[in-house]
Amino acid sequence: MCGATEGGLSLDGIDVAKEAIVQGQVVRGGEPVGNAYVRLLDRTGEFTAEVPTSATGHFRFFAGDGEWTLRTLAPQSDPVDHKVRAAVGSVAEVVVSI
Amino acid sequence: MSRSDVLVSADWAQENLGAPGIVFVEVDEDTSAYDKGHIEGAVKLDWKKDLQDPLRRDFVSKEQFEQLLSERGISNDDTVVLYGGNNNWFAAYAYWYFKLYGHQDVKLLDGGRKKWELDSRELTDEAVTREATSYTAQEQDHSIRAFRDEVVEAIGTQNLVDVRSPDEFAGRLLAPAHLPQEQAQRAGHIPTAANVPWSKAANDDGTFRSDEELKEIYTEAGVDWSKDTIAYCRIGERSSHTWFVLKELLGQANVKNYDGSWTEYGSLVGVPVVLGDERGQADGEGA
Repeated sequence: MCGATEGGLSLDGIDVAKEAIVQGQVVRGGEPVGNAYVRLLDRTGEFTAEVPTSATGHFRFFAGDGEWTLRTLAPQSDPVDHKVRAAVGSVAEVVVSI
Repeated sequence: MSRSDVLVSADWAQENLGAPGIVFVEVDEDTSAYDKGHIEGAVKLDWKKDLQDPLRRDFVSKEQFEQLLSERGISNDDTVVLYGGNNNWFAAYAYWYFKLYGHQDVKLLDGGRKKWELDSRELTDEAVTREATSYTAQEQDHSIRAFRDEVVEAIGTQNLVDVRSPDEFAGRLLAPAHLPQEQAQRAGHIPTAANVPWSKAANDDGTFRSDEELKEIYTEAGVDWSKDTIAYCRIGERSSHTWFVLKELLGQANVKNYDGSWTEYGSLVGVPVVLGDERGQADGEGA
């Protein structure tokens, strides 16, 4: 199954029906930010995972059902928090502007 | 052992780039990260290809480790400064691995690759070649490596520190959330283990918290400083980060890293497992 989002990371080989995917792109002034770090915090604010963005500013997590917070760190920028709801079998798409 | 013996700052690293006797080594989970850009002069270690036996689930032998370090141009007398992505998870793993094979002078770059990047410091894609050496390793130091039987025996008697995220500890996730969740083994944690996620030891930029803060975090989580400790996670890399904190920063005497970790324990037949946020009792009963 080819479930890649437009211009995003490929979902080839991943069984989307079994995953609660949170993914998206970090942008600054509309331009992708390829040297940012996105952290996934759980419902209590506890750190769960972190990924560097790709060259095109994209990131992805395999979360669980429920509400999560994305915290984005980037050079010359204050951290930006973004709430997102994830559910198994779906892909939550997020654009983070810093 | 004090913090300055085992940890260097980004400023120190910058000032010591190219200094004789100091070798920077990058180790990442994303093994392509180095090729896109690395600290000037740093050599690469691939945690999978270079440090794991290709057939059995185990580390490379002493002779293979000697060959690896000799090829990379690392001498027994060199100061090895390790850094990497994921807040130094795999760099801490390599640190523990170097100690396992008896390298004397190893240090971690505080904050690793992330802090270096967030500081907008320079990375280069220039190829690095170092003259080959003749490295001699020691036999593995099993005083810092835990195996499954001693982990089972440690239930209810030693500190077991599960450093995975709360959702992995409770069994709601099976892997760190940047990886697909479909896994073979059971979910949950080892009975009586305290859940102190590795991330509690680090600031957002990946640097370690102060010794005072660290001591407080583990004390509050129920770590008994008079007991020996085994740290574990899913495959032993995040628990190397915590092993580094407890053993190298806080100076605890007997701390082991269980590199089999949850992917081994969670697949063992007949051992007790606890689900949920509570530590559970030694017999595996919930609360």
